[in-house]
Amino acid sequence: MAAEPVLVMQDICKSFPGVTALKDAQLRLFPGEVHAVMGQNGAGKSTLIKVLTGVETPDSGEILLNGRAIQPESVDAAQKLGISTVFQEVNLCPNLSVAENIFIGRFPMRGLAIDWKTIEREAQAALAALNIHVDVTRTLSEFPVAIQQMVAIARALSTEAQVLILDEPTSSLDEDEVERLFDALRELKRKNIAILFVTHFLDQTYAISDRITVLRNGEFVGEYPASELSRLELINAMVGREIDEAGYAAQDGESTSPHAERPFVSVQGLGASGRIHPIDLDIYRGQVLGLGGLLGSGRTETARLLFGIDRAESGTIAIDGAPVRLNSPRKAVRQGIAFCPEDRKTEGIVADLSIRENIILALQARRGIFRYLPRRVQSAMADQFIKQLGIRTPDAEKPIGQLSGGNQQKALLARWLATEPKMLILDEPTRGIDIAAKLEIMDLVKAQCRKGLAILFISSEMSEVLRVSDRIAVLRDRRKVGEIDGKAADEQSVFRMIAGAEA
Amino acid sequence: MNLAGTINTRTLPLLVTSALFALLFGFGSVSYDNFFSVQVFLNLLIDNAFVTVVAIGMTFVILTGGIDLSVGSIVALTTMVTAALVEQHHWSIWAVVPLVLTMGALFGLLMGSLIHYFRMQPFIVTLGGMFLARGLCYVISIDSIAITDPTYAAVSEYRIAFGEEAFLSVSAIIALLTLALAIFLAQYTRFGRTVYAIGGNERSALLMGLPVGRTKMLVYTLSGFCSALGGVLVTFYMLSGYGLHALGLEMDAIAAAVIGGTLLTGGVGYVAGSLVGVMILGVIQSLIAFDGSLSSWWTRIAIGVLLCSFCLMQRLLERGGTNLGFLFSYWKKPEEQADAVK
Amino acid sequence: MKATLLKLTRSHLFWPCVTLVLLCLVNVHFNPGFFNIEIKDGHLYGSVIDILNRAAPLMLIAMGMTLVIATRGIDISVGATVAIAGAVAASLIGGSLVIKEGVQTYVSNTPMPLAFAAALFVALLCGLWNGLLVAGAGMQPIVATLILMVAGRGVAQLITEGQIVTVYYEPFFFIGNGFIFGIPVSLYIVAAVLGVLLLLTQRTALGLFIESVGINPVASRFSGISARALVFWVYAFCSVTAGIAALIITSNVKSADANNAGLLLELDAILAVALGGTSLAGGRFYLIGTLVGALIIQTLTYAIYSLGVPPEINMVVKAIVVFGVCIIQSPALRDLLLKHALRSGGPA
Repeated sequence: MAAEPVLVMQDICKSFPGVTALKDAQLRLFPGEVHAVMGQNGAGKSTLIKVLTGVETPDSGEILLNGRAIQPESVDAAQKLGISTVFQEVNLCPNLSVAENIFIGRFPMRGLAIDWKTIEREAQAALAALNIHVDVTRTLSEFPVAIQQMVAIARALSTEAQVLILDEPTSSLDEDEVERLFDALRELKRKNIAILFVTHFLDQTYAISDRITVLRNGEFVGEYPASELSRLELINAMVGREIDEAGYAAQDGESTSPHAERPFVSVQGLGASGRIHPIDLDIYRGQVLGLGGLLGSGRTETARLLFGIDRAESGTIAIDGAPVRLNSPRKAVRQGIAFCPEDRKTEGIVADLSIRENIILALQARRGIFRYLPRRVQSAMADQFIKQLGIRTPDAEKPIGQLSGGNQQKALLARWLATEPKMLILDEPTRGIDIAAKLEIMDLVKAQCRKGLAILFISSEMSEVLRVSDRIAVLRDRRKVGEIDGKAADEQSVFRMIAGAEA
Repeated sequence: MNLAGTINTRTLPLLVTSALFALLFGFGSVSYDNFFSVQVFLNLLIDNAFVTVVAIGMTFVILTGGIDLSVGSIVALTTMVTAALVEQHHWSIWAVVPLVLTMGALFGLLMGSLIHYFRMQPFIVTLGGMFLARGLCYVISIDSIAITDPTYAAVSEYRIAFGEEAFLSVSAIIALLTLALAIFLAQYTRFGRTVYAIGGNERSALLMGLPVGRTKMLVYTLSGFCSALGGVLVTFYMLSGYGLHALGLEMDAIAAAVIGGTLLTGGVGYVAGSLVGVMILGVIQSLIAFDGSLSSWWTRIAIGVLLCSFCLMQRLLERGGTNLGFLFSYWKKPEEQADAVK
Repeated sequence: MKATLLKLTRSHLFWPCVTLVLLCLVNVHFNPGFFNIEIKDGHLYGSVIDILNRAAPLMLIAMGMTLVIATRGIDISVGATVAIAGAVAASLIGGSLVIKEGVQTYVSNTPMPLAFAAALFVALLCGLWNGLLVAGAGMQPIVATLILMVAGRGVAQLITEGQIVTVYYEPFFFIGNGFIFGIPVSLYIVAAVLGVLLLLTQRTALGLFIESVGINPVASRFSGISARALVFWVYAFCSVTAGIAALIITSNVKSADANNAGLLLELDAILAVALGGTSLAGGRFYLIGTLVGALIIQTLTYAIYSLGVPPEINMVVKAIVVFGVCIIQSPALRDLLLKHALRSGGPA
């Protein structure tokens, strides 16, 4: 392997108001190598890429391309320097032809007119270089996402790129499609292009990468040759040891929950292609079932199927033993299921409405339009929850959008508790919330559980999952790989399970 | 894979439209004497020259995913300014025409700038433009101004003969030339392809480094220009300027574009399709005129029905089915619809 | 004191009311008797009453439009709906000359309540159609309602058979021109519709759901609100308000003109909603603000009349108002001002 890196990022620091996104991050890309950047949510992967592609300017540190310092100021500028990026969602125009998507913005002209002949010929050649042979005059939307992804790569490469950045290109591909993409990447390796590959799939990381850099909490953990890093070591490097071990001490004996004979929700073979492979889950009253797994392992997808947001293609759901069809959130709510979504801002809060209105929203939706809760009852309810959950606000009439993340989350929790649900799905309830609020929310969850609520708990922080869960279903790459007892398990045992056979 | 299916999605509306035109024209030829002649066909072009030109501009706007409600008013304003300058100030036609064309383009540019810089909805901005242009007509005069200028009359009456009995007017020739230029613009220039790209996915277009803002402004400028040109053709056709000219023309232009296969969500469609759309509107009018027993208001209803069917067809092609049980089964997600297509 | 003033300026009604007061002052300037109200034949007469009476149809439609816009929609077919409903009412009532007890009187072709019901039912059908296209077929609201806007006037002409249908039946004129206790009947209708709406939006969860769907449709759906049904019925309701307005308009001019009844009314209604402080992007809505908005438009028209300017020029003024309101509402301007404020305020 050539010893000289084509691109070096040194001591990159970047902070946003209130957050340090990157602290002395390092990255070296070698020609003809696929380099994977791994890390949990908030590890700084996306910020690193944004710095590299000119979307963000670093506070300090330098980027060297072929030994020369560069400061790209936009995606365009980075591309002109030879750093091309393919983003997670295919950023092409579905209505244009394949050839056009590769060349738009830099059409070869013949006189006043676009030279379509040359474009088609060169597009065909560019795709052939990636081992793709399709009719380039066809519209992009006619092709599956994998081909579209490849077209995006061809576009990225058509400007003499030395460095190709792939930001989670496989997140919407199925296995065959991933294989096709990897074939193309291997082709590119042979052409001595340096590839930066960001993914959250472990198998794929090992299938294609030569080198792995791990980031954690914005800091550089290490750079390893892929062949010398075991899966377990990788997971440990990504997750690290929790600093506040004491605060997250294992559960006390008192919270041992009574095991009901029959699960409240029993899921058999629930699946949808491109989301989650068929999965079995049993969720009991008075118990917390944790969904363990890395980002993108299918946790949120499972929750969405259970709440009727996405439609399952296979499998059955039974509630208290009776089969039900959950094809809309409304039906799920009627069955006593509640869901705090991962993305609070776009899926949870109704920003311009007051805290009071947000809290009663789900209850009111279940009561219907005409059985309107009297204002007095609403206020009493809101005030009660504000007190009970410790939502910090001067009064219940403040728009919820003006609250801090933790308080918004508590208000959403209140929205669902108000409906007196039988099961609560919590998807990353502590994301972006300060540590004190985190602990408060976790305690609330446990308290509700003790009252007999069934809880499905999703979190990227394994220590959190371990702390609250009675049982943990472990997911890897959109598949359930096992289930372990929450009290007996420690992080290592879960990680071993995630790492799978090779660990 | 749905390769065959999606190819149809692009061209199907245009095919349906062309077939429909042939059908309607054929129906007319069978039902009425004298309908089947080259001149009846050419008259469609002559009578609808200004609609064609306006619809071309509208097509570009719709291709970017926008809409322009001001076109009818700009046509009226153009006729008014032209008539006032020619009749009351005795300007030469050669000075007036370039002036009003520039004026229309500037008017469009103004609206485009508001849409781009203030991120305002095209609908509301062009609505304002519609009010403004109509209002300005009445500032000039509340009454109709007849154009009696001899040059104007000469241009208006000039006919270009094709063979023994067929002829075209200057307006029709201008409309066809505009169409040819527009097709070139749409298919063979960077501007045209950027228009399509914006309609396909504006965010992607931005990330691909295309001049999105500039193109959006230019599209409204183009539409304003086409409206002004349409206005000039109206003065040839009517030989007058009037604030009530081209009332509701924006709806005809939108209908023509949609019937011609342009997707209202942008990104898909052909400029040539809009000509077919205009011709369909024209042939419906001719049929009703030939029939004699049907009243003219049937035209509006027919246009509405066509517009509705084409919009529904677009929706069906887009998502492969519709669910009317929603009133009881409630919401259905777009993603689910997309899955259904697969 | 200062705090109260600040609170006052923050109220969504503040700017609409200030605008209205300014317009009234302009009117007083040109017509010192603007605020005079006299009693003639037991009825109230005066410019203010006249403005209120003339604004009634617009106020009604704008209220329906407010709800539609609050759900992130728009309905540009209300003008056509007015034409259709007006045509139905006028055709059904009409009036034929009969001699009753030696006196010539006009009688209604169809019993008037039945004619009213029919007109409102037809308006409802228009709304159901729009709702079906928007909520059912998932069309963009502007496109869906465009269809009825194009075809609606044709349908109206079909009903009137291309004629302007004149109504001769006296009792019908009452709703557009009559007075109860000295106050125009139309205002009672506006008050009734407003009352029903306020009741529905404040005493039931309707208002909450509409705002919730308008602000964040996804979160609303995840909370179990049936957004599609809601949107469907909101369009239906909007058309019914257009139907009621049609009755008043037809009664007022004693005829139904399929071509010109309610022409450009949709634009005035949208303008009234925007002037009243409801964002065209949906969400929080203000019914009272909308009424003030409608009054602003009517007062503006009145002012232009009294200035002696041709009424058609009104359009230019309206256009400038549209641009002004939209620019003020636009997030881009807010960002710009914010940036400016930050710069001049220094690092805070």
